[in-house]
Amino acid sequence: MAVPKTLGIETEFGIVHRGVDEPNPISASSLLINAYLSRLAAPGSGPGAPRVGWDFVDESPSVDVRGFTPLDAMAPEIETHLVNAVLTNGARYYVDHAHPELSTPECADALSVVLQDRAAEMILVESMEAANEVLPDDQELVVYKNNSDGKGNSYGCHENYLMDRSTPFGRIVQHATTHFVTRQVFTGAGKVGCELPFRNRFDVPFQITQRADFFEEEVGLETTLKRPIVNTRDEPHADPLRYRRLHVIVGDANMCEVATFLKVGSTALVLAMVEEDALDPNLAVVDPVRALQAVSWDVELGATLELADGRRATAVEVQWEILAAARRYLDDHGDEMVGGPVAHQVVQRWEDVLSALESDPESLAGQVDWITKRRVVDGFRDRHGLAHDDLRLAALDLQYHDLRPDRSLFARLGAETLVDADDARRATAEPPEDTRAYFRGRCLARWPDRIVAANWDSMVFDVAGESLRRVPMMEPRRGTAEHVATLLDTCETVDELIERLAT
Amino acid sequence: MAEQEQRRRDAGTDSEDVEVAEVAAAPGATERGERLKDELDDLLDEIDEVLETNAEEFVKSYIQKGGE
Repeated sequence: MAVPKTLGIETEFGIVHRGVDEPNPISASSLLINAYLSRLAAPGSGPGAPRVGWDFVDESPSVDVRGFTPLDAMAPEIETHLVNAVLTNGARYYVDHAHPELSTPECADALSVVLQDRAAEMILVESMEAANEVLPDDQELVVYKNNSDGKGNSYGCHENYLMDRSTPFGRIVQHATTHFVTRQVFTGAGKVGCELPFRNRFDVPFQITQRADFFEEEVGLETTLKRPIVNTRDEPHADPLRYRRLHVIVGDANMCEVATFLKVGSTALVLAMVEEDALDPNLAVVDPVRALQAVSWDVELGATLELADGRRATAVEVQWEILAAARRYLDDHGDEMVGGPVAHQVVQRWEDVLSALESDPESLAGQVDWITKRRVVDGFRDRHGLAHDDLRLAALDLQYHDLRPDRSLFARLGAETLVDADDARRATAEPPEDTRAYFRGRCLARWPDRIVAANWDSMVFDVAGESLRRVPMMEPRRGTAEHVATLLDTCETVDELIERLAT
Repeated sequence: MAEQEQRRRDAGTDSEDVEVAEVAAAPGATERGERLKDELDDLLDEIDEVLETNAEEFVKSYIQKGGE
């Protein structure tokens, strides 16, 4: 049985510290985030001075959904000493390895994810401004929303989807893989060159995704080595008897809002269909790792993939079949588990984009990143008569993802937006109202001094005259405005809140 | 929703917004092709100005180790 698809995105950003001889990305990332937090905490900056730390007590990223931990797998490590903050919009903002990372709060539909993703960009832009204020004039921090440095190093934009624990994992793997391989035609952020080991960088002048070159396995626990198309991290951040969280590491970070919208909206529908066993078991791609790269390298969209029943089909043709199933799913089961009315906007846009990919791909500039980027790269190459391996094209690629408003190429391209900029600005401070992020964010805004720690599924309060009190939040769709707005509005103190929560 | 989808990123000036509105109504593939080409030319002019000076050095020095 499908459960409501609670969603979120975690984005690792590329970071450059200009003007220093030996930049250290870890300290640069810490400086970036601390500068932002200090600005929030400054007098007169409004509510929310979140100096609340992340609580690691329930984190177990090395637990594998398959019920064992392979001996040769390298379990992800948690670095607890680095800056790690919770924001009043319910997001987590932290240093992950050598990158600044922002995890959106839990969202109830794809449009809400787009809003939070846009808010995340705004937070990073403001962080750069704040950091550059305290740096010497000849230094600067620059943040990139991309997934590769062009030299074989990749960093992720991970998606998260809440699923029913009872769904057989093998079924998830099969259908999620088919979708991940073929959805690249609209989720790809585009890349100049390739980074597959033992290939020359410019063997492939331009490809659809940033990430496909980095995947070597079909299923596994890794995120940094031998990356798998389906990641098995089993850490639901919710009631583990009812839920699993599918942690998707295969996608690109998108600049186009339409691409983000379709990426999470279509995937939420696919996963709900998996839960209802509503997908054709024959709709599976043979040798998905190779197919992932083949689709990414095929900008003409003509390559066919071998399917489990012996047929051959293009990625776009497979997407048409998944879309048809999604329409049937909505007819049969309604939209309740997949984002309500937003789900219908997803399937409509999905259809429009697939049609355009077949008839007039260039018309998707401003909606689909790889097409948007390729148009500029091709135009620039033609104008200046450059060879396809000219590094200025790779520079153009990087600068597409530059988040500085005066330098960003993407910002100049007039891309279509789905959310209002003022709403996104508000979402940098205010949580979504329809998930437990509401409780987390509102509490942080109201009582920052009385919250000792917070994480996805609990908060720890400092209650007068008592030891610390942990409030569990194991249901992602509880703690919404509907459930707790009145309670939060009418409680004067944390002590009163805890007392009333207990009754 | 439809109204929102028509809205474009407000990166430019008001006059650009007007242009976008006219564009949305413009029929005909040739016309559209020419418009796209003009748009791209304007854009490439801008890019010539904002592209990192010393682009090659920039690409070589952009190294990001230790992700995920």
